[in-house]
Amino acid sequence: MLKLATAALAALLLSVGTAGAQPAAKLNDAEIAHIAYTAGEIDIRSAQLALAKSKNKEVRAFAEDMVRDHKAVNEKALALVKKLNVTPEDNDTSKGLLRQASEKRAELERLSGVDFDKAYAANEVAYHKTVNSALETTLIPSASNAELKELLATGLKIFQGHELHAEHLVEMLR
Amino acid sequence: MLARLCAACALAAITACYPRSDGVAETIRITVDNLAFVPAQVSAHVGDSIEWINNDFVAHTATDRKGAFNVMLPSHKVGTVTLKEAGSFDYYCRFHPTMTGHISVAGD
Repeated sequence: MLKLATAALAALLLSVGTAGAQPAAKLNDAEIAHIAYTAGEIDIRSAQLALAKSKNKEVRAFAEDMVRDHKAVNEKALALVKKLNVTPEDNDTSKGLLRQASEKRAELERLSGVDFDKAYAANEVAYHKTVNSALETTLIPSASNAELKELLATGLKIFQGHELHAEHLVEMLR
Repeated sequence: MLARLCAACALAAITACYPRSDGVAETIRITVDNLAFVPAQVSAHVGDSIEWINNDFVAHTATDRKGAFNVMLPSHKVGTVTLKEAGSFDYYCRFHPTMTGHISVAGD
């Protein structure tokens, strides 16, 4: 079930991974920006759900970190697409991400207390792992614009920290 | 958060101050670039100030592991602390715990 939430990005990785057999359509900067922005929005919404449901101090602090950082990255991304005069484009990956995120959200909404905390933390590990892999192997190498590439690279560095933090949270809730 | 910051300030204010022998306090500047404190290690004297300049677009903190200071560093803003006691201070960013730094403060 955890994998469900990240299947769209995993599919993106796979399609690139098997590019030799069946080349995947190359993503343009507008699509890349939209995928990265959507991925950030999804994590902000998950964090807002955690802030509404969780009473655990560490979980709440983590969720606050997610809102703060992903908002900052997305604000920067919006400013960049405006500057570059690029209109973010919806695409299969971003649509898939949103669809699966809403399924995951429905699953999380049914949980409460420590069950919610554990499921949220585990999903944050899985989600950041997949997003970080997608950034590293697909989105950053595919980006043409240097500023977009740099923003995604900084984002990756921030999100790698989130992944470690989420793993720490999972350990603590065990 | 604010309460903790105030508590840290109050603690710093009531701690005895031992000025350096030449009486000239310095400001030591540490920049925060791309999720790192640069330089990560600095040496100072009691009475000196540390000024962190956050060049990142995300907020950070400079938080002493033993609670001597906890400075908020909003994006593209500066945060300072005046060193009131000698010692060895390991600090980190509470929002991004992989960011770490160290300040050695000489008493004189």
